[in-house]
Amino acid sequence: MSRDQIAEELPNLAESKLTALVVDDSFVNQTIHQKLLNRLGIENDVVTNGKEAVDVYCSGRNYDLILMDMDMPIMNGIQATKRLREMGIESKIAGVTTRANEGEKQEFMEAGLNDFQEKPLTISKLLSILHKLNFYVQT
Amino acid sequence: MNTTVVAQLQRQFQDYIVSLYQQGFLDSQFSELRKLQDEGSPDFVSEVVSLFFDDCSKLINTMSRSLEQPDNVDFKQLDSGVHQLKGSSSSVGARRVKNVCISFKECCDVQNREGCLRCLQQVDYEYKMLKTKLQDLFNLEQQILQAGGTIPQVDIN
Repeated sequence: MSRDQIAEELPNLAESKLTALVVDDSFVNQTIHQKLLNRLGIENDVVTNGKEAVDVYCSGRNYDLILMDMDMPIMNGIQATKRLREMGIESKIAGVTTRANEGEKQEFMEAGLNDFQEKPLTISKLLSILHKLNFYVQT
Repeated sequence: MNTTVVAQLQRQFQDYIVSLYQQGFLDSQFSELRKLQDEGSPDFVSEVVSLFFDDCSKLINTMSRSLEQPDNVDFKQLDSGVHQLKGSSSSVGARRVKNVCISFKECCDVQNREGCLRCLQQVDYEYKMLKTKLQDLFNLEQQILQAGGTIPQVDIN
């Protein structure tokens, strides 16, 4: 999908200057997720576990969107999501995980997610997250 | 630019990559990665798969150690390793590796050490096989570029 086609789908994305935080302990996934975000013009940072995500927010940083993996060492996605919500963080959090059975999905959603996508992420799944979270203005 | 040579190489590339999909080495996630490759990151795919192969090597070593002592297998650590490997392989479209991980997980779930050892051997074989295949694919890409051609977009559906 060319940048023009993507900008057509999301008319305000080209100027949006959205920011995102990738929270994942896998280098493979970090690289892919960052590339997907870059492709859509979304500035992004990456951390390797839930605790680092919490620390980043504690240090005063803020992001429009968090792509939160579930299984991570030290602090997993469920714990990190709960913690961020307890802190009053209102960033949109999209859970991205390979764990997709209903029970696990529900537990993750109930921790405070705004959306959930099964890994692996693709351009269309990321666009779906953005649509769902109203990161554009429909014309 | 020798257009005949380029056309031949492009054809070779196309046939080879299609065969990798048909033989189940790769699935559609690999095409998704290829879509992300652009002038700004011309080596994106080879960089990502390189990270994946590093993962394979590290995780296989760790899992091998977990399985060493017959009376003392850490199935929890094993399960964690398999889960990570399954995730990685799924993310790059390494279909055969991912499928072995599915069987591997089943063996972990029932604490079948022999089964786990077999799966470990198989996953080691599959990732090394894929590594060789992808190296050949990337070499073909380089040959096309050096001959002045462009790498074909191959639509896999």
